[in-house]
Amino acid sequence: MLHIVACIKQVPDTKIIKMNPKTNTMDRSSAPAILNPYDAHAVEEAVRLKARYGGKVSVVTMGPPPAVKAIRKCIEIGADEGYLITDRAFAGADTLATSYSLTKAIEKIGTMEPIDLIICGKMTIDGDTGQVGPGIARRLDIPPLTSVNKVVEIDREAGQAIVHRKLEDGYEVIQTTLPCLFSVEKEINEIPYSTLPNMMRAARYQPMIWSVEDLGIVDRTKLGLKGSPTIVAKVWPPEKPKGGEMLQGSSEEQVNRLFSILMNKKELFHKSGAREEGGVQ
Amino acid sequence: MAEKFDVIVVGAGPAGTACAYTLAKQGVSVLLLERGEYPGSKNVMGGVLYRKMMEDIIPGFYKEAPVERPIVEQRFMMLDKESAATFSYKGMEWGKEPYNNFTVLRAKFDQWFANQAVAQGALLINETVALECIVKDGKVVGVRTDRPEGDIYADVVVLADGVNSLLAKSLGFHKEFRPDEVALAVMEVLKLDKKIIEDRFNLEGDQGCTIEIFGDSTKGILGTAWLYTNKDSLNIGVGTMLSGLIKHKLKPYELLEYVKTHPMIRPYIQGTEQQEYLAHLIPEGGYRSMPKIVGDGVVVVGDAAQMVNAIHREGSNMAMTSGVIAAETIIEARSTGDFSEKSLDVYRQRLMESFVGEDLKKYKDATHHFEKYPHYFEQYIPMINRAASQMFTVDGTSKREKQRKVWQGIGTVGDKIKIARDLFQAWRVMK
Amino acid sequence: MNIEEYRGIWVFLEHKDGAIVPVSLELLGAGRRLADKRGVPLAGILIGDGIKGLAAEAIAYGAETVYVYDDPIFHHYRTESYMRAVIACVEKYKPEIFLYGATSTGKDLASAVATDLATGLTADTTMLDVDAETGLLEASRPAFGGNIMATILCKKDRPQMATVRPKVVKALERDSERTGEVIEEPVELHEADIRTKVLDIVRHTVKKVRLDEADIIVAGGKGLGGRAGFEMIGEFAKRIGASVGGSRDAVEAGWIEHSRQVGQTGVTVTPKIYFAIGISGAIQHLVGMQNSGLIIAINKDPNAAIFQACHYGIVGDAFELVPMLTNAFEQALREEVEHG
Repeated sequence: MLHIVACIKQVPDTKIIKMNPKTNTMDRSSAPAILNPYDAHAVEEAVRLKARYGGKVSVVTMGPPPAVKAIRKCIEIGADEGYLITDRAFAGADTLATSYSLTKAIEKIGTMEPIDLIICGKMTIDGDTGQVGPGIARRLDIPPLTSVNKVVEIDREAGQAIVHRKLEDGYEVIQTTLPCLFSVEKEINEIPYSTLPNMMRAARYQPMIWSVEDLGIVDRTKLGLKGSPTIVAKVWPPEKPKGGEMLQGSSEEQVNRLFSILMNKKELFHKSGAREEGGVQ
Repeated sequence: MAEKFDVIVVGAGPAGTACAYTLAKQGVSVLLLERGEYPGSKNVMGGVLYRKMMEDIIPGFYKEAPVERPIVEQRFMMLDKESAATFSYKGMEWGKEPYNNFTVLRAKFDQWFANQAVAQGALLINETVALECIVKDGKVVGVRTDRPEGDIYADVVVLADGVNSLLAKSLGFHKEFRPDEVALAVMEVLKLDKKIIEDRFNLEGDQGCTIEIFGDSTKGILGTAWLYTNKDSLNIGVGTMLSGLIKHKLKPYELLEYVKTHPMIRPYIQGTEQQEYLAHLIPEGGYRSMPKIVGDGVVVVGDAAQMVNAIHREGSNMAMTSGVIAAETIIEARSTGDFSEKSLDVYRQRLMESFVGEDLKKYKDATHHFEKYPHYFEQYIPMINRAASQMFTVDGTSKREKQRKVWQGIGTVGDKIKIARDLFQAWRVMK
Repeated sequence: MNIEEYRGIWVFLEHKDGAIVPVSLELLGAGRRLADKRGVPLAGILIGDGIKGLAAEAIAYGAETVYVYDDPIFHHYRTESYMRAVIACVEKYKPEIFLYGATSTGKDLASAVATDLATGLTADTTMLDVDAETGLLEASRPAFGGNIMATILCKKDRPQMATVRPKVVKALERDSERTGEVIEEPVELHEADIRTKVLDIVRHTVKKVRLDEADIIVAGGKGLGGRAGFEMIGEFAKRIGASVGGSRDAVEAGWIEHSRQVGQTGVTVTPKIYFAIGISGAIQHLVGMQNSGLIIAINKDPNAAIFQACHYGIVGDAFELVPMLTNAFEQALREEVEHG
């Protein structure tokens, strides 16, 4: 029986979000809020481990009140309980302050039921840092394993687990003690269509909502903006490139023109092994 | 053991939500299933919400609901190629409580409305498609959804799944709709500054205006175009009979482009930015196309039952009313525990006695008549335009001379008799 | 913490298969620039087993000092062991700025170190600068999936840390005449204290040209419509000796593997020639290839954003144009072979 805690975040869908050109900030109303895709895979993995080894999946998130929707999405995937920590004191937190706040929440969850494993997505699609997971691990003094793309096995009795960690050109097989923290890659699993009972459970589910007061002894200087060593000094839209030359004419003319442009770099093609057939892939 | 509710409502549009709200308010356990990501995400409407029917469900709703603008002016343009004859009514009484109607954006409004049903105790599940009704011994006992472990049971299933109701079809309540029973509407939401809207449409504050456009806007096919004002955007759209589109080999988007670039319409949408493009089918068959709407353990409401009065562009109010009547019928049936077709038929009877049934009956021949005789749009509207132009152009001709010209312009005696007959026929189908 | 005590720019020297990885050498180049601006020394930190010989390489690429932690306990990268060495070094020598490559190792290590040191860390930096007077590191990077650029500052804590994307800064020319100091540091770690073990390392067996090292890349997007489209550009890629890449849409549709995804959440590439076929040019994609030498775009949609980001563009049907281009190459190569 494993108690797994998944750390999640509700984020704007950065695939479709637009920037407000007047204020130079993200117009959050232009994109719906979704469960961070990497975290969805983390929760799915936790649910699979629960199916395999028995136990319970709790999810925890730090965010504004609408974040309960992300928790419900986790219940749809199959999580059992959800905790939202929300408080104005958390506002403006960078990754260091965020890992502190989440750690406090996890510690509290741990007092109710000991935790065997913490799992989270590799990174969020709005912050894009990947730093909070390892931060939580360090604060709890448990081993962090980042970029996990497969959980080979978990042996609660022996207090050990074996996973694959993705490398740039392959993967490594790592054995670790428990408890520990995994941050996972999307490729670790595919999320199936939720069952109707899970959908109904999620629609009815009310997560636990905690403010700073509920988290026990907290060092307020480590929260929010105050507890953040980094600040965003400037934000600007990425440079728009000037636009290329459009090749005109019939398809044949266009291709011929393109071909002659490319032939200016003939040596490159020879070097790369261009041949009539075959060649480097 | 799959869960059982008192009622399952399939589709969280105006009909379904009105039904679910009314049931939940009375303590009935309701499951409201929606296939879209959220209620309204799959719904499209020109944009007019009728205050009366909505208020019958939620008094004073406009104080909290996300409505766009209360409509103080309704204009009717009869369009020719380069001219328009317009009739309009503007009334200050419509600009204050209790108001007459509002423009709404369905994605926003439906979500709010569904949340009200949830607040009353309905359970809303999104992103879930009801594939078919579960039938046992000839009685509908539940619904099969597309999710794993997706069967769910209830005493009554309410089909509110829209114009293309697969469930009604699967129960054999109707066959595939013919192209002359349905219209295809396409529309765009165009972003425009609040102040400019108010200037351009001659409105004060948050007031709104609707413009219905007939004639050249649909190039002679039976249909209508429209231009409505939202808070900071305009809805412009055109809807025509599917049979007409097929016959004239037209694509709906081309028709919309034509309307947008028409010299009488163009100035209204100057400087707008396209925000969204939407399309939807609209039931047009009316009374004659209504399918079976009651069965053992099942009732059909809204567009799924073809309840649209196209002549008056009313559909959502009929949908809501049908949802409420269905709910009331079901609540009564619960006291006897009889959910048979005979018992639930009270819904159909009450529906036909209400304004819904009355209006549908009144116009039951209208759509077909206007479709059969295109000259109402093709000839008479241009004729009216020409007459107006002739009468109001000051060119030195005497007024009597002008009258004579207009009268002559209508055509031969034979033509005039034909027109008289056409007007008589139109009166007959409209009365 | 007394900020004044912290001085010097450091680079984490990651190594693989007996060589320092390219990004670390690039960071020495960037570090040199920052160090000159600040008038402070540049150092590298090298951790591993039997790697002290690499210190000379680091010096040839610009490090003035290299702190070496050489011990079998560092044979494989593990967070807990490497982290302890880095922290000990930082606490002893106090750098003001510390840069790491944004590799799986670099990000893993930096995140742990930053938490223990309670200092600021900026991830995936693409632009670096330092204020000569205040000494503040201006680390800029894309955020919100690439939709905006943000500059991050760490005002009150030291060291100011950042992980930096490969190929965004340039290494110095290798100069074996450069001299520097190599300082071997004591290692007081015990295997029993480290809670993870690397049981095996599995490298991709197929000898592929890595996408981020390819000179020519042909990438396909949603416009290709399916696997058939990718087969078509695959033919073209083969003819010209290019690697094949894909946009996120193509990967998510299953038309090409995830390892070939170019973009914000995929690989950043800087080939000499980049073909974007049927790719709309969403910002998340551009972020991954906009520094390519020559960018050619083919798309049916004249309004596709990619046309703003390419050097040459053709509005047309890829299924018509690409095979024609493939033939043109085939012809040319055949003629060359015939005419010697």
